[in-house]
Amino acid sequence: MSMQHYLLAAEGLNKSFSGFQAIRDLNFALEKGELRTVIGPNGAGKTTFLDLITGRTKPDTGTLHFEETHDLLKMNEYQIYRLGIGRKFQTPTVYVDHTVRENLLLSLAGSRGILHSLFGRVKKEQEARMDEILHTINLTDRAYAKAGSLAHGQKQWLEIGMLLAQDAKLLLVDEPAAGMTDEETHRTGELLLSLAGKHTIVVIEHDMTFVRQISAGRLVTVLHQGNVLCEGSVDKVQNDERVIEVYLGRKKKAA
Amino acid sequence: MNHPLANKVPNLALAAIALFLVVGMPALNAAGSIEDFTLNTWGKYLCYAILAISVDLLWGYTGLLCLGQCLFFALGGYMMGMHLMLMIGKLGAYKSDLPDFMVFLGRKELPGFWEPFHSFPFAALMVFLLPGVIGGIFGYLAFRSRIKGVYFSILTQALTYGAALMFFRNELYMGGNNGFTDFRSILGADIRSPETRRMLYLASAITLVLVFMFCKWLTTSRYGLIQRAIRDSENRVLFSGYSAANFKLFVFVICAMIAGVGGALYVPQVGIINPSEMMTEKSLEAVVWVAVGGRGTLIGPIIGAVLVNYLKSWATTKYPDFWLIIMGASFVLVVLFLPKGIVGIPAQIREWLARREGRRAAAAEEELLTSAAKTK
Repeated sequence: MSMQHYLLAAEGLNKSFSGFQAIRDLNFALEKGELRTVIGPNGAGKTTFLDLITGRTKPDTGTLHFEETHDLLKMNEYQIYRLGIGRKFQTPTVYVDHTVRENLLLSLAGSRGILHSLFGRVKKEQEARMDEILHTINLTDRAYAKAGSLAHGQKQWLEIGMLLAQDAKLLLVDEPAAGMTDEETHRTGELLLSLAGKHTIVVIEHDMTFVRQISAGRLVTVLHQGNVLCEGSVDKVQNDERVIEVYLGRKKKAA
Repeated sequence: MNHPLANKVPNLALAAIALFLVVGMPALNAAGSIEDFTLNTWGKYLCYAILAISVDLLWGYTGLLCLGQCLFFALGGYMMGMHLMLMIGKLGAYKSDLPDFMVFLGRKELPGFWEPFHSFPFAALMVFLLPGVIGGIFGYLAFRSRIKGVYFSILTQALTYGAALMFFRNELYMGGNNGFTDFRSILGADIRSPETRRMLYLASAITLVLVFMFCKWLTTSRYGLIQRAIRDSENRVLFSGYSAANFKLFVFVICAMIAGVGGALYVPQVGIINPSEMMTEKSLEAVVWVAVGGRGTLIGPIIGAVLVNYLKSWATTKYPDFWLIIMGASFVLVVLFLPKGIVGIPAQIREWLARREGRRAAAAEEELLTSAAKTK
């Protein structure tokens, strides 16, 4: 079949919430190692699409496969996670009452069983991995602070760090730059770029400067009313008349 | 705060309290300094404290407000009570091998499920097993269906209410609304003698210490981290690959067993168990103890259980009509002014002082600025 080398393949997805068609006949394919940016106006179905991939909601019709053999529609959230699909939420979702390090510890790849949680020890290489991630996300000196006391941007990074700890094959990153300063946004972009190739990444974003930064030479997918409006390089989609009409037209000044 | 002694002082204090409860109190009682009645009352308080820990392990640590924890307490009590009923032998009012209430109901022989309760080890096993199994079945159904928050609380309340209605029925052969009473002996010893009572107190105190240590270990393990993560952000836990339902089920079963053990120690000390122990009010009371003492800590529920029940003993003799009002008012006051309960008071004072200090510093700075402006 043609989907053979795709990491993630969605075909004919439909999902409506009490009459509102959030996802409409959506087809989407992602190759291994890609860094794909998904843009689209509010209500285009971006977050719903991530909900479908991660098992938070189930589609009305359609198919969704991971590594061609795994039917994601038959799995629940934690089973899908265990396949290696990690998600960063739109609003930073970290464990506020836990320390930064504990947040990473809970996200580390490894057994998710009760017995392991009771008797399992933290291995040396896991400690080292946590140190490494803390360094990557620039939170080394806040390692023992409660995550709830972090600034907004730091929480976003911590959540990205949690995805790194998981060692996910596919990272789904929902608006990582939301609420960040320009400098933080730029650093986040660099962080994502450095991960591309090692991981496959889907980034949902509004900030066009940020999109340009991370999507140079890569595919950008534009969603509109739950459907793929067009796909191509960032220049191509920004000059596409349909895109300008539904999305960039309203934001032309900003872009 | 980082002083090496800072962490040791609370541990030393805990060890001292444990030592006093386990060794001091019984020794003082044996020496005659503490009355038998007082020791027996404290034995009851400690059983309540065990129950309170089980409530808090669910509510304070996992975010599961269980309003039916007394069901498991009572079930544990009933299991022990069945054994104690059979140990009465022919000493009962009807001089029969059967428990009095069965003779009264016209039973000629012991129902089959009562037979194994002649054995103390079997009864002791059932103290863990029955609450564990009931909790396991209920928890499995509730958590698989992702019943959360207030809906979970309402369901647990319904469960214990339903069970109470069932135990009120004579057809269950569990003593109906009178329950079990008039116990005579436990493990061959006269259950009413001061020595036996002291041993029962001792058993309660030791069990409480063991339960505390077990919970301490549980909540500081990685399991404890996940438990609190479920409380704070269950969705995130699912998206970190943990089956939240299994983790919740595990702690729910553990707590049912802990409550069961508390009940099993409680019944021989008070000498009675009946379905009113399962009524929802009792479970609500346990929630009040935890809130007053301080939820999300292990010492809080113990302090709350002892203090509120001490208050209750005092108030119900002095002002019997006002007890419910006193309890309700104390709950409201704690919720409004002491969100972290009694154990949270020091932290609250520190916070308040820090805020005041901050305000004072800000005011001083402002004064300095204005005076500087004047001199210009």
